[in-house]
Amino acid sequence: MSTKQLALVIDLNICVGCHACVTSCKEWNTSGWAGPLPDQNPYDADPAGVFFNRVQTYELGTFPNTETVHFPKSCLHCEDPPCVPVCPTGASYKRDEDGIVLVDYDKCIGCKYCSWSCPYGAREFDEVQGVMKKCTLCVDRIYDTSLPEDRRKPACVLACPSGARIFGDVKDPDSEASQAIVENSGFQLMPEWGTNPANHYLPRRKTKVTLHQDELVRADNPLKIEGEQPKVPFTAPSIDEMSSW
Amino acid sequence: MRDPVSTRDSELGRSEVKTTTCYMCACRCGIRVHIRDGEVRYIEGNPDHPLNQGVICAKGASGIMKQYSPARLTRPLKRKDGADRGLNAFEPISWDEAFGMLEERLAHIRATDPRKLALFTGRDQMQALTGMFAKQFGTPNYAAHGGFCSVNMAAGLIYTYGGSFWEFGGPDLDRAKLFVMIGTAEDHHSNPMKIALGKFKKAGGRFIAVNPVRTGYAAIADEWVPIRPGTDGALLLALIHEIIEMGLFDREFLIQYSNAAELVNMDEKADDFGLFVRDPDVDVRPDTFDTPDRYWWDRHTDKPVLSRTPGTDGRLMGDYAMPDGTPVKPSFQLLKDRVKDYTPEWAETITGIPAATIRRLAHEMGVTARDQKIELPIAWTDAWGNEHEKVTGNPVAFHAMRGLAAHSNGFQTIRALGILMSILGTIDRPGGFRHRAPFPRPIPPCPKPPKGNHAIQPNHPLEGTPLGWPADPDDLAVDEHGEPLRIDKGFSWEYPLSVHGLMHNVITNAWRGDPYKIDTLFLFMANMAWNSSMNTTKVRDMLTDKDEDGNYKIPFIVVADSFQSETVAFADLVLPDTSYLERHDVMSILDRPISEFDGPVDSVRVPIMPPLGESKPFQEVLVEMGTRLGLPAFVHKDGSRKYRDYPDFIVNFETEPGSGIGFLAGWRGKSGEKFMVGEPNPSQWEMYARNDNHFHYELPRSYQYMRNWNKGYLTWAQRHRLVRYLDPINIHIYSEVLQKFRLAAEGKWKGKQPPDHLRERVKQFFDPLPFFYVPLEWKQADTMRFPLSAITQRPMAMYHSWDSQNAWLRQIHTHNYLFVHPSVGASGNFDDGDWVWVESPWGKVRCMARFSEAVEPGTVWTWNAIGKASGAWGLSPDANESKKGFLLNHVISEELPNMVGGRHVSNSDPVTGQAAWYDVRVRVTRAADDEPKVTWPQFKPLDAAPGQTGFGSRLRAFFAGRPKG
Repeated sequence: MSTKQLALVIDLNICVGCHACVTSCKEWNTSGWAGPLPDQNPYDADPAGVFFNRVQTYELGTFPNTETVHFPKSCLHCEDPPCVPVCPTGASYKRDEDGIVLVDYDKCIGCKYCSWSCPYGAREFDEVQGVMKKCTLCVDRIYDTSLPEDRRKPACVLACPSGARIFGDVKDPDSEASQAIVENSGFQLMPEWGTNPANHYLPRRKTKVTLHQDELVRADNPLKIEGEQPKVPFTAPSIDEMSSW
Repeated sequence: MRDPVSTRDSELGRSEVKTTTCYMCACRCGIRVHIRDGEVRYIEGNPDHPLNQGVICAKGASGIMKQYSPARLTRPLKRKDGADRGLNAFEPISWDEAFGMLEERLAHIRATDPRKLALFTGRDQMQALTGMFAKQFGTPNYAAHGGFCSVNMAAGLIYTYGGSFWEFGGPDLDRAKLFVMIGTAEDHHSNPMKIALGKFKKAGGRFIAVNPVRTGYAAIADEWVPIRPGTDGALLLALIHEIIEMGLFDREFLIQYSNAAELVNMDEKADDFGLFVRDPDVDVRPDTFDTPDRYWWDRHTDKPVLSRTPGTDGRLMGDYAMPDGTPVKPSFQLLKDRVKDYTPEWAETITGIPAATIRRLAHEMGVTARDQKIELPIAWTDAWGNEHEKVTGNPVAFHAMRGLAAHSNGFQTIRALGILMSILGTIDRPGGFRHRAPFPRPIPPCPKPPKGNHAIQPNHPLEGTPLGWPADPDDLAVDEHGEPLRIDKGFSWEYPLSVHGLMHNVITNAWRGDPYKIDTLFLFMANMAWNSSMNTTKVRDMLTDKDEDGNYKIPFIVVADSFQSETVAFADLVLPDTSYLERHDVMSILDRPISEFDGPVDSVRVPIMPPLGESKPFQEVLVEMGTRLGLPAFVHKDGSRKYRDYPDFIVNFETEPGSGIGFLAGWRGKSGEKFMVGEPNPSQWEMYARNDNHFHYELPRSYQYMRNWNKGYLTWAQRHRLVRYLDPINIHIYSEVLQKFRLAAEGKWKGKQPPDHLRERVKQFFDPLPFFYVPLEWKQADTMRFPLSAITQRPMAMYHSWDSQNAWLRQIHTHNYLFVHPSVGASGNFDDGDWVWVESPWGKVRCMARFSEAVEPGTVWTWNAIGKASGAWGLSPDANESKKGFLLNHVISEELPNMVGGRHVSNSDPVTGQAAWYDVRVRVTRAADDEPKVTWPQFKPLDAAPGQTGFGSRLRAFFAGRPKG
């Protein structure tokens, strides 16, 4: 097992579903180590292309108690990735040094065992090249010392306008990613599958306020200066109205 | 495969990185463009740019596919002789021929009747140049797209507190505790809003979204308050009602910084009824817009005194008589009277929001503003000379946009919003609303539209500016009979404060010859034959309609665009524009720059690649045409060329000879030592380029807040020529400007008066205090037959619409559905995914429905501008955009018949002319099983234009630079 596990922590409390991560990923990776990411029928009916990262949108609950959840999804870089042992050629592998799960296209024979075994549907088959492709956590960026240190991050993380994506080592308890998981009840997708996904999601957290009725009117209420009495902040009937004998 | 980390990406080819400014939408983020072997490899947000701070959106990150789009136009085109408009039958011509044709035509128009040129541009932010060109040409017929976008938001707030949202200002989410977003259709603006919202949420702020639909920003709100479209005014007025009833308003702020305490003449018989009473003995400087001669009623002496007299305290409430017996009331009392019956219970019946919720929202706003005050240790001096040792903030912030604006009651609704923000004491204060330079501006700002036919003379620049800010009826652009000067009837009595014009009525009016016929319709980046027009099918017919002599009713149409849009097909002359990566451009301080809360920022766009084919930046076209036509700003006295090209023009143009004011504020002066005002600097472009393409002046902290009344800031702004006046910009709780128009309608104004058939309309809608009325269309439509409101939103991934040709983005939104609550399906007898008919009183479309629980049940909605005409935008004729995608525009009318004295008017706000897109009422029914499973209407597929880039392959495996390996 790696002592280091790079991963994404995605904050569903902040993601607005803008798809910046989707196309930033595509533009970085199509011309990068893992590229190209081809598009079939790019300008025709039913275009279909390879994307390492997609955003799905779900509605929960019924009107008016509806939640709309935007859910970005890419390879979760599982600590026990089911896609690796099923690969007959060893093309699908997990790096010891940082836990990133990658595919070596030279070894891949396109049998798709890996995509069948992935419970998350995170793999993308390139019909043109006949090989399986997937998120690399921008492995060709994050170690590139010619980039400024704060730009050595996956393209999706750099792009995310609302700052909903954190990149880091989830085995380092002091990393921002680990802290975010601990502090905000970060969770894994379908842990019951035993895959131990490295990527985590942070749930929705609601900020609410409690207003105490007796705080609504203060002694310095401006209505008093104007010679008016503030409205009594309750409208329930009084005992005087209700009692009778 | 090689090891992924052994080779650097930058070593895979000849790499370079250049910075410029994005233009995939109107946000104008700083970008770094990585080039490999001459091809665009990666576009990332520029971390050193103040607007986006390194982030980028889905569109910006897809700029590569825009650059290599199959819809690019590369050659000037002329409609083939004998071929009809709309058929896309063109022949390529040279730029010489194109310029020659234009010069001949426009020179004749200018020498005879300049009004006959109508120049309308879809995208704004180039208005400083396009508007100047129109003025120099001498035509009043110019506007950008604001009239059909969100002009109500600009006008409603600028006429209230001298600023507005988006480029003009915004919510200070760094310090706000409560943020209320109301009526934002996933639109303005994009990355800065997302950055701020993310930070705000992480800091634990509370976010409430009021919207008929829960998507995008509203999705992450702590509370979603669904509301019926067009009823926001009722909600806002009820909130004001409750806040006043409970005493949760900021009294000190209102008294000192607004006209709330000032006394209004209540003598109904007087000619100045409804105006502020004034002391004739006070000296009023001529160079002022906010005269210090008004009164308030002093609480201590119980007498009227000049407002803001030191030691006195104006009353906000009551009913008084001046010494001469004139009955008066503080304008706040009039507001209180106005909202008396706008109770939460009343609003519940209109908005669908429970009264208890409205009350709680009001309490949350009021208590947060009052009890969580921010005090910054920043000393400042107000406009009356009072010293303050701190800046106070009431941390309740708002943001609103099209959802409020795109209704015929939007102006008064937005006035109500501005007043709500003001009574909470949140204007230009920490945690509330904050301005962006050049705002705040006077109420109203200085430019004025042409005031009569005398302003339009052959071979002469226009007197006034095509767009302006009327301060009273005499500023209207009407002739001696009160009839419109402009083709869109902007600034006429039908839409007096139409500060962005009415682009949505230009084609209909020009086709009808009402108020007159034009010759040349010149469109830039405006898809008026598709998603930018209401009543699209009929508007397309108007573009091809001929008179009895067989001549087109709109004689000549010029379209400048980078892409093969639906509108290009209707052009007689097509001018191919470049992509944003191929041009110089400025985000000018004379227009709407990208300023931050802390000070002015403007920026430039510089070319990363050479223009594709013969495409030419539209800016160059304007400079060239201005020169050929001899427009005074573009030529020397002897008529010779003044500017080599657009970059030369930007550096050397001054608003007046020697004014020192030009398009760019930074690095002025001979060697770049000055800013805002200074002589032209020949190295200005290079200096911008060295500073990540922007100029940012950070104001001293003491000038960053309370700028409407901040003596230091106002003095600075006047010295640096941002404003003409030093006067404080007091908030118009009560709008005397509106009352002057009402007085004119009543015959009490000594100057211009409306034609009789419009008097009632002006009198009704020019109410100096906000009021609620149901959208005008609802009064005409049979709301029982058409029970649903239909609205659109722009998807974030296609914010600012023209991206269907983008291979990546179109996979995110390939076609659109009509989203409906399941109960709509139950009553219309259809199921999730079924084909349905959407019918309004004006037209119908066939499309697919999708059930959603995230929509108010009386509302149906769809994504805007996903649907395309078959074959347009370089897409194949059977692309999903045209077969499954649809435009709602077909069911929205650009006019409402029988509105004033039996005559039609624009389907717009009666104050501002804002297009009332979201007023439309529809019903939705199941399409018959034997109907074709394609959207309706369909149009004859367009072929590619000559010179269009195209893309023949069924596969695009983009890899920048030379092939891999």
